[in-house]
Amino acid sequence: MMNSWREVPRYTSALVGLAIIAALVGLALYGIIAIPYGEAERLWRGGEGVWIDNPRNAQPGWVNLFPGRNLPETIIVDSREGATKRSGRGSDSVNTVQISLDFDYPYDDFPSELNLFFDARSRERPPHASLFWLTPDGRMLSLGEQNVESSERYSISLDRRLARQLGGQSPEVALFADPARESPQPLQGRYQLLVEALLFEAGTDLDARLVVYGKVHGLAGTDHLRRDITVALLWGAAVALAFGLLAAVGSSVTTLIIAAMGVWYGRWADASIQRITELNLILPALPILILVGTLYTRSIWVILGIVILLGVFSASIKVYRAIFLQVKESPYIEASQAYGASNRRIILFYMVPRVIPVLVPGFVTLIPSFVFLEASLAILGLSDPVLPTWGKVLNDAQQNGALYKGYYYWVLGPAMLLMLTGLGFALVGFTLDRIFNPRLREL
Amino acid sequence: MARLSLSRVRWPSGWPGVVVFNTFARVAQYVLLRAVALAITVVVGVYLTVVITNMGGHVDNIRIAQVRESVGGRILLDRELQSLPPSEVQRVINQQVQVEVQRLGLDRPFIWRSFTYLTDALSLNLGRAEQLTSDSGSRQVRLILLERLPATLLLFASTFLMLFFVDIFLALFLSRRYGSFLDKVVVALAPTSAAPSWFYGIFLILIFASLLRILPFGGMVDAPPPDTTLAYARSVLKHMILPVAALSISSIFLSVYSWRTFFLIYASEDYVEMARAKGLPSGTIERRYILRPTLPTIITNFALGVIGLWGGAVILETVFNWPGLGRLLFQAIGHFDIPVIVASVVIYAYLLALTVLVLDIVYALVDPRVKIGGQNRQ
Repeated sequence: MMNSWREVPRYTSALVGLAIIAALVGLALYGIIAIPYGEAERLWRGGEGVWIDNPRNAQPGWVNLFPGRNLPETIIVDSREGATKRSGRGSDSVNTVQISLDFDYPYDDFPSELNLFFDARSRERPPHASLFWLTPDGRMLSLGEQNVESSERYSISLDRRLARQLGGQSPEVALFADPARESPQPLQGRYQLLVEALLFEAGTDLDARLVVYGKVHGLAGTDHLRRDITVALLWGAAVALAFGLLAAVGSSVTTLIIAAMGVWYGRWADASIQRITELNLILPALPILILVGTLYTRSIWVILGIVILLGVFSASIKVYRAIFLQVKESPYIEASQAYGASNRRIILFYMVPRVIPVLVPGFVTLIPSFVFLEASLAILGLSDPVLPTWGKVLNDAQQNGALYKGYYYWVLGPAMLLMLTGLGFALVGFTLDRIFNPRLREL
Repeated sequence: MARLSLSRVRWPSGWPGVVVFNTFARVAQYVLLRAVALAITVVVGVYLTVVITNMGGHVDNIRIAQVRESVGGRILLDRELQSLPPSEVQRVINQQVQVEVQRLGLDRPFIWRSFTYLTDALSLNLGRAEQLTSDSGSRQVRLILLERLPATLLLFASTFLMLFFVDIFLALFLSRRYGSFLDKVVVALAPTSAAPSWFYGIFLILIFASLLRILPFGGMVDAPPPDTTLAYARSVLKHMILPVAALSISSIFLSVYSWRTFFLIYASEDYVEMARAKGLPSGTIERRYILRPTLPTIITNFALGVIGLWGGAVILETVFNWPGLGRLLFQAIGHFDIPVIVASVVIYAYLLALTVLVLDIVYALVDPRVKIGGQNRQ
């Protein structure tokens, strides 16, 4: 047994597989440490409140590494953080505030969205703001004026009136377009959004924050709810590994013990285990999981329990049984009976360990199949309501027609990780199979 | 002839006709026994499903809601009762519902009712769907299911058959020249089977539908179905390419790899060496000395593979928008349509049992132990 383990490093495929598994475990650990459970839950269910500064459906940041790609990143200019803000005195106790939100725009594509967030502190009469847009080539466009309630969002890119005024193009394109060109092309340089506000009361103050949403974000991009997919990929790794490992351990160890018990006690115990195995073969496992997910709970731990339950009486029980039938007749079992070992002792300490070499390769290859099972349930919309998982990201992508609309990154991120998981464990499992089953070794 | 002479050893009094009849009787008996065992298994499985479903009283609620709906409709149409005040009408409805609940036995203990549900479920007599309808507009769960069944059978039966033969022939081919480049490629690709078919489906859609735009994203026929039968069939075939490819990729490398290893182990048996030493042609050796004795194992493993593939069907059909049972189940989940979900579970149990039975029959035909009566007593 120990010698067999020592052979593992001699196989390149096993080393590659182990490296992949180690990387995934590292990813999962990093995810758990960097984003604690509560935080992950808050982030993934946060909605607009948490993610308002992220663009929708942005591609991952690394796409800019391709030559000729220079997609915009998100730019945030805040009057409380660096942008110039000048106060002045007007007539009749009316004060003025001038906020100048400047930013450089060096990208080759238009931003995806423009939002201006106000934060006004007034008692009765809200401040009145006029907005002006200054382009790098010196044009000045009026973006209209409005009264600003306490904390208001002005979605520049959704302003229909402004769009009409700018000649029918949507504002985020028209405001950045180079007027000298026929086809819309962004003009690079320094832009400025000027907010000139009249404050009607003493003690009134106004702050503004401009968010120019980009088209790339982070390592994995964002989804339709502006959420950073990186969070789901990190936490998904932890959930996937935990689910796969627990389900594999739970089902295979129980299977082993049940097979041993059946053989040891024989007669009706053996017969009933055989019958249950045949019954379980016909039970449609996935539809039953779906039934439970729909009718009772979607908690990942309950689903895990049922997966183990359905996996206990799997077809491998027959394989183990065949081996145990031989083991049962071995002299050392007879000897242990002679000195009065209990049934439990014989099963757990003398019979079960003999089958472990057969079990181990199958066990390792079983892990990814459970990881994929979790993803399969998630694809059907039956994943844990709280935790972000890879399958959930795929489900979101599927629901929102990601492939049809060309958001490939949305599918590729989780899919690649799933594939790596499958590949890593399968490589190790195949090698172990060769080592533990010597007949395969020379082939 | 070898088989007959073997039989004659066992039953010396029999002339060949009796022996053939005996063989047939044995196979029939075996198949019948298996069918009965499977039928019992299906009954138990469906009973379990019913119990699981009704654990929270879901089936009861559906039944009572259906009763309420039908009683309410009947009374609202009753001219005499229309003149009564609403509270009075409500009282009459409640009374009638009570009577109906008693008539249907919904007030009996669950253990009795569960058997009623069992017979209903087994005959797919699961009443009406809550949301979904069949293409012809019916709400009968049975009609909805039967309408979707052919699509599923078309996709999976054709894939299974194709895969079975391709697997075996490729494995034999590789075992003949193991160590070659192609062999190494298959061994290296074997771990790819860890991913289920829907997973490859996503990639195939990405490449062939989204990027290259040469094959459809999903569905079974073009949007206005072609008029002529030939064009219709061609359209269906075109839509089948990607799902069949996804199913094949997800299983072919692993099964070819394991078959090839299996054949290699058998090819090193002494009697094969002997046959080779006698100078028999390699084709004969393969057929008579390798394939023939391994056939029962091949079929057992194929059966297990088929059963595994049914599980993946639900999601594969969803990913490809294939109008079969799997997608129906997915839609039913979306609409929380419990009668359809229960019925889908039942019909999957039927399909699994049928698969096992068909393979058992094939098994009986190829396994000499069944034919000559030396059944394996475990």
